[in-house]
Amino acid sequence: MSLDSNIPEGPLKDKWTNHKNNINLVNPANKRNIDVIVVGTGLAGGSASATLAELGYNVKTFCYQDSPRRAHSIAAQGGINAAKNYQGDGDSTYRLFYDTIKGGDYRSREANTYRLAEVSANIIDQCVAQGVPFARDYGGLLDNRSFGGVLVSRTFYAKGQTGQQLLLGAYSAMNRQIAKGKIKMYNRHEMLDVVIVDGKARGIIARNLVTGEIERHSAHAVVLASGGYGNVFFLSTNAMGSNVTAAWKAHKKGAYFANPCYTQIHPTCIPVHGTQQSKLTLMSESLRNDGRIWVPKNLEDAKAVREGTLKPTDISEENRDYYLERRYPSFGNLVPRDVASRAAKERCDAGYGVVNNDTNEGVFLDFSAAIDRYGKEEAHVRGIENPSTDEIRKMGKKVIESKYGNLFEMYQQITAENPYETPMKIYPAVHYTMGGLWVDYNLMTNVKGLYSIGEANFSDHGANRLGASALMQGLADGYFVLPYTIGDYLAADIRTGKISTELPEFKEAEQKVTAQIESLLKNNGSKTVDYFHKKLGLIMWNKVGMARSIESLNQAIEEIAALREEFWNDVKVPGDANELNSELEKAGRVADFLELGELFARDALERDESCGGHFREEFQTEEGEALRRDDEFAYVAAWEYTGKPSEAIVHKEDLKFENVELKTRSYK
Amino acid sequence: MSGAKGLDLTLKIWRQKNAQSKGKLETYQLNSVSPDSSFLEMLDILNNELIEKGESPVEFDHDCREGICGACSLYINGEPHGPGKRITTCQLHMRSFNDGDTIYIEPWRARAFPIIKDLVVDRSAFDRIQHAGGYISVNTSGNTQDANAIPIEKEYADEAFDAATCIGCGACVAACKNASASLFVSAKISQYALLPQGQVEAKNRVLNMVKQAEKEGFGPCSNTGACEVECPKGISIENIARMNREFLKASIAE
Ligand SMILES: Cc1cc2nc3c(=O)[nH]c(=O)nc-3n(C[C@H](O)[C@H](O)[C@H](O)COP(=O)(O)OP(=O)(O)OC[C@H]3O[C@@H](n4cnc5c(N)ncnc54)[C@H](O)[C@@H]3O)c2cc1C
Ligand code: SF4
Ligand code: FES
Repeated sequence: MSLDSNIPEGPLKDKWTNHKNNINLVNPANKRNIDVIVVGTGLAGGSASATLAELGYNVKTFCYQDSPRRAHSIAAQGGINAAKNYQGDGDSTYRLFYDTIKGGDYRSREANTYRLAEVSANIIDQCVAQGVPFARDYGGLLDNRSFGGVLVSRTFYAKGQTGQQLLLGAYSAMNRQIAKGKIKMYNRHEMLDVVIVDGKARGIIARNLVTGEIERHSAHAVVLASGGYGNVFFLSTNAMGSNVTAAWKAHKKGAYFANPCYTQIHPTCIPVHGTQQSKLTLMSESLRNDGRIWVPKNLEDAKAVREGTLKPTDISEENRDYYLERRYPSFGNLVPRDVASRAAKERCDAGYGVVNNDTNEGVFLDFSAAIDRYGKEEAHVRGIENPSTDEIRKMGKKVIESKYGNLFEMYQQITAENPYETPMKIYPAVHYTMGGLWVDYNLMTNVKGLYSIGEANFSDHGANRLGASALMQGLADGYFVLPYTIGDYLAADIRTGKISTELPEFKEAEQKVTAQIESLLKNNGSKTVDYFHKKLGLIMWNKVGMARSIESLNQAIEEIAALREEFWNDVKVPGDANELNSELEKAGRVADFLELGELFARDALERDESCGGHFREEFQTEEGEALRRDDEFAYVAAWEYTGKPSEAIVHKEDLKFENVELKTRSYK
Repeated sequence: MSGAKGLDLTLKIWRQKNAQSKGKLETYQLNSVSPDSSFLEMLDILNNELIEKGESPVEFDHDCREGICGACSLYINGEPHGPGKRITTCQLHMRSFNDGDTIYIEPWRARAFPIIKDLVVDRSAFDRIQHAGGYISVNTSGNTQDANAIPIEKEYADEAFDAATCIGCGACVAACKNASASLFVSAKISQYALLPQGQVEAKNRVLNMVKQAEKEGFGPCSNTGACEVECPKGISIENIARMNREFLKASIAE
């Protein structure tokens, strides 16, 4: 099948407007006869469900949690970007577009990225109208902060709980439509397959997680907004239930999976404490506005810190290595995430890590300079002359508390250390997946009528996502893009009538789902699902993580295939099919991760270059920076399933850059 | 961080096969739990042991494990979300317990939150209360007025934000002797009451949401303040007072 991204003609800045003017519309009376299924209630699925229902479609929405409000988007902390230029610091649609393309290391589509920047301002207006309480300044206007990889202040936030507030906004918009009967909500339901009839997505098979019943649901189009697949690494900052199942099942039914190897490893997470750990916790990137990252300059000091005989606060300024400020003077602590993460790994591999765990991996994120600076500012504002150091620190801490209070509390809760008094310890962790289902400009996969939005698709972030841009993309897709583009497709369906769930395709899909559940329960092996998930995670982290090589990737491919076989021979899943059974849910998800992992490693192996979050040891500059190879690799790798991950076929979508010049990223 | 000696614990956990069956407390012994583990990691360890022994694992709700999704619940040693102030169960760490402790773990208890299995309860009543009015009626159009067109005094914006941080966990209901949902309902009412955008529908909102809470079987508020003490997000009972004022205003206007 050819890979047509359906990008509209015309100059970049007019494409979206022209496209909206030219696509087919469905008249309101006809929308009442059209059903749309949305899988997922995060920012993408929640906003899409609400908007589609407002437009008049009959929407059926699914999530595996007990309420749409608990989708993983709720956990986003730092903020959401928008080119509002409220700070008057020179921001514009073009600048946001350019930053996103550059931040993504020139591996995203110009047209999609420009549209994202274009609708970003509408998002903020919409959310404020819904009653989302963004942070404001004393003049009552919206406040902004800065995120990595950019030189303007365009991030809107609600303390460290931006995702929560935005998601509750989308949830409230959904609630209004649920009350009207326009959205039918299926909580505690997991989609286990997509049903394709005559080449078109016409429904899904879902399991009611409370009763275990397998249900058939039909619709004229299916939208997958099921989030990212970072949990293939077992340990990540994603919610425990985040999974690839919906996207993977679609892949197995023909949808291409694009750039699976593009993973974001976030630089500022709380380091691993031990082998019993179940997940990792992010410390928002916004902390890099005020925190300085360092390790000791001397190996002996690093060792003494690990052993607990030297306190970081006792290490003098000249014995500290603020390595980001040293290597990247112009962006300093605010370099993009991939760059910051690799720099931390470089220092820890060289022996300067400060955490006393198996790998010594960890660096300091230090707020003492900011506390001092803010304290002095406050003293000045209040007209206090010659304030004592104590007074300054006290006032400074208050300022820091008002900005990051909940993050500091969270840190202290987990580590039992007080970050106001001693620097935080942080280390990179898996956080976000740029790869996902391949979609065209209309956000439709290569399967007709099957759409994908939010983190589940591959679209806008190239090989690395900038901070605060995932929330922007989720809401852009759900509020402002999909509701229009889907009409173009559905316009042909106004006379189709209800899709019957008695069609043989539904029956067949249901039987396959039931068979997989039975075989998992019957297996009665000797090892738990977690055993396999942890093992997979270790392979991924060590061999397909922050640095990848031909050797490590080949090993990973072999080991994952072997582990998958062991899983199907030896996994033990307790309980029954017809009851709440979270081990069974996990087993199904891990089975899919075990397939995805292999494709992921293959994708990384094929891409003989380093770009963004994908770092191949064979391709680096003398200074250890990523070495991109635009001549050969300026393309999207879209994988087609043909029966086994090892036999997947790659389709290439060439990326054309007509509005920006391909350059080597430099943050120096 | 590691290195401290593990904790040996006796766990008394509520087991109940489904909504229809009768449940009871079962006793489990769990040894050498790292004090750095979270409470839910401790339950993961127990569950893996149970599965290996061929017993059925304990079901409990959880997802983000960062104190924000509101999925985790658990009534631990007689307190919703266990010991520790302003944290959820998933943020509780084992260093809050001592070697040799006995820990009681039960589900939320309230008529409006029926048990589904073990420690998992059905909180969909909370969603239905939100359906009754927890929104501002504005469509997505792409030409809403500019976000900075209406400045909002920082003080009100901050207060609205504080109310809006409710995670819908239900600890307030579990803590209340009347199983009242007033803190939860008032948090949403307050968020909108404090913002200009929320004024238009204020009257119907408060009447409908309060009515729905009653219909779901949540009890009346008798101002004991137990909810505020156990709320992991520190939602203040001043919100209940504000809701009562809004309710009175709306009732008089009826
Ligand atoms: C800790 C953390 C902090 C972050 N902070 C920021 C930030 O400050 N700014 C920013 O821009 N981005 C941030 N991100 C990234 C951002 O939060 C996510 O990329 C984004 O929220 C994803 O939204 P989504 O709607 O695509 O998916 P999600 O919010 O992940 O929602 C997925 C939905 O799909 C449902 N689902 C999944 N599989 C199935 C299935 N098989 N059947 C039925 N339902 C299913 C789930 O129930 C859920 O409702 C952060 C991420 C993390 C982990
Ligand atoms: S008010 Fe507090 S205790 Fe009640 S649901 Fe909200 S966060 Fe939980
Ligand atoms: S698991 Fe999300 S709040 Fe506890």
